[in-house]
Amino acid sequence: MSDKITGAEALVRGLIAEHVDRVFGYPGGYIIPVFDTLYDYTDRITNVLTRHEQGAIHAAQGYARTSHRPGVVIATSGPAATNLITGLSDAMMDSTPLVVITGQAPASMLGTDAFQETDVMGITQPIAKWSYQIRHADKVAWALARAFHIASTGRPGPVVLDFTKDAQIQLTDRAYEPCRFIRSYIPKPTPAEADIALAAEMINRASRPMILAGQGITIAEAEQALKALAEKAHIPVAATLLGLSVLPSSHPLFKGMLGMHGNIGPNINTNRADLIIAIGMRFDDRVTGVTESYAPQARILHIDIDRSEFNKNIRAHATVHGDAREVLEALLPLVKPARHDEWVRSFDRHNTIEHENVDTTAAYGTDPTKAPTMGEVARKVSEAAGAGAILVTDVGQNQMLSARYFRYTSPRSIVTSGGLGTMGFGLPAAIGAKMGAPERPVCLFTGDGGLQMTVQELGTIMQYGTAVKIILLNNNFLGNVRQWQALFFNGRFSQTPMLNPDFKTLAASYGIPAEDVATRGELQCAITRMMEHDGPYLLNINIDPADMVFPMTPVGKPVDYIMLNPSDVYQPLPDIS
Amino acid sequence: MTTHDESTLYTVTVFSENHVGLLNQLSIIFTRRCLNIESISASTCSIPGVHKIVITCHSSQSMMDKVIGQIEKRIDVIKAFYFTDDEIVYQEVALYKVPTPVMLRENHVEEIIRRHNARILEITPEYTVIEKTGHYSETEELFRELQRYELKQFMRSGRVAVTRSPIEHVDNFLNQRLTNEY
Repeated sequence: MSDKITGAEALVRGLIAEHVDRVFGYPGGYIIPVFDTLYDYTDRITNVLTRHEQGAIHAAQGYARTSHRPGVVIATSGPAATNLITGLSDAMMDSTPLVVITGQAPASMLGTDAFQETDVMGITQPIAKWSYQIRHADKVAWALARAFHIASTGRPGPVVLDFTKDAQIQLTDRAYEPCRFIRSYIPKPTPAEADIALAAEMINRASRPMILAGQGITIAEAEQALKALAEKAHIPVAATLLGLSVLPSSHPLFKGMLGMHGNIGPNINTNRADLIIAIGMRFDDRVTGVTESYAPQARILHIDIDRSEFNKNIRAHATVHGDAREVLEALLPLVKPARHDEWVRSFDRHNTIEHENVDTTAAYGTDPTKAPTMGEVARKVSEAAGAGAILVTDVGQNQMLSARYFRYTSPRSIVTSGGLGTMGFGLPAAIGAKMGAPERPVCLFTGDGGLQMTVQELGTIMQYGTAVKIILLNNNFLGNVRQWQALFFNGRFSQTPMLNPDFKTLAASYGIPAEDVATRGELQCAITRMMEHDGPYLLNINIDPADMVFPMTPVGKPVDYIMLNPSDVYQPLPDIS
Repeated sequence: MTTHDESTLYTVTVFSENHVGLLNQLSIIFTRRCLNIESISASTCSIPGVHKIVITCHSSQSMMDKVIGQIEKRIDVIKAFYFTDDEIVYQEVALYKVPTPVMLRENHVEEIIRRHNARILEITPEYTVIEKTGHYSETEELFRELQRYELKQFMRSGRVAVTRSPIEHVDNFLNQRLTNEY
């Protein structure tokens, strides 16, 4: 009997065996035994007590994305489990590895509408890579080992372990053994040689090739392989929102962001390319615009680890099923050195016009007494944050402008809610991002709407002193919806104006230094003070509600239909192609 | 049961681990794509420990490719395939319950049972239960005929199917995987 341990103890020992030293958790009735066990291991595992379970899971997402380790979440049953749903769905869409442990009513009470019982399996199966209910302590080690293996390999994703209260206190003698094999699951398929050969041939024959780089490259740590291939065959690289920072912004072959609010060069040239090489991306509708008129001149070569992405949104002429790094490394020796100078330069010409129209002092204006523009703030913060900075965003205008104009210097430098578009993601994700990469500056761009969806996490920042720099772009509006209302709904601002609290005072009540920035003239010094301050800081920056995000491809338009401002659509000159 | 215009009836065969909640994992994939499941059967199969689920639905080939991709992505699913009717041998079983007095009164009924190669499973003074195994059209035809004789109950099973292919793809797949977990 003496070598038997409780299910809760087995769980915590398993976490330690998986080298987990930080979890994001919130206690409650049916998970108390696990937190009671964690109390014995405070020297090995730190729990970050957020102020809401949604905050815990978004923080775990931020942590996973910057640390390249699975984020671990521990919460109780019922309302705690349902509070995790948004984060689970977000992590599923954005391929973020999470191991999420929820408490559950005792097995004997399942299905009886017991207090704080909810059908976690039924709710989470559509939005988790794997869900499993642990109903006996003997299953803890097995399930946890599988959970880590599944969450962190292949195309990563969130895994849910629903842990009944009785299983937490039962005794078991099962020791933890990491899982390396599941017969029904092939995390890293071997790319077919014929597919690699065909892909190389397509690349060698192309005269206007273009790489669409997705987060699959980041996940596979294929940044160097991507760089080598792009440089050898002289292929311009554009990134999806989540693929940003796979190449440094300053790399001559990096041509910007794709999609609805992407840069002009890559969007226009998507429809001029003769070969699209899509790597670790899934042709999201925000990237493609109308699919019928997407890349009409191009052959599509799709490289992905998830076979179900092939031909899902865009029909591919050829596919390579495998890990981005393995595929790129296999392609490299088969790809011939090439030059596509004119084609590569054409991106820059389009991007220069974008720059002149929306991203220069001419476009921003210079009046020091006026509110700064969002793009201007993004540029200035990025310059001040310097090398190695991580951008975390909320969702909306703050996200699009900061993602596009932030200057990325190293991989894993953006944490944002791409697929699900979760307002409220930013603040907790920034906390986790900082904890996952404590040596790197973390700048959160958020809006007044999104910040208030999870604003309670200022308490988490206070408790742990997490040095997150919060750049609040405050226009007292739900700005992105307002932009659509202004452009497509005759300026009928239905339910978008907001009466906001005094954010500076709010931050102060959590002991977080904060400043109001009303004008452009105050901006630079305030940013400098924020970055020089050793700790968390909030800048409440006044933004003109009429400031919009351009360029923009409206819904229902081809990807090369690009609005430069509310009235002008980009007309590329005939000699630019 | 509804049919989608200009679409084919596909038989989806899923080989999976026998875990609680597996059926839910499959059905939500059909639900998301607004595909109506026409019939469903689940049982053990020739491979110990492996569960086989057969689902029929009307759809297009491109949709089936996507659905199969998303089914196979589920961790507990070993392999999934889809077939058209010419690629498989398949059957359904149907049970019909008619009042015995009607059976005795109407001598057509016996003739109908013989003609359809159906058989009687149980007779009581009150009711008679008839069984017919065959394709959908065959069990449906008997259903229509028996409706004239005060048919009280009717139930058709989901499709059971085996492939015509000489190659056992799942066996090959599993042989390639080392089964060191079980």
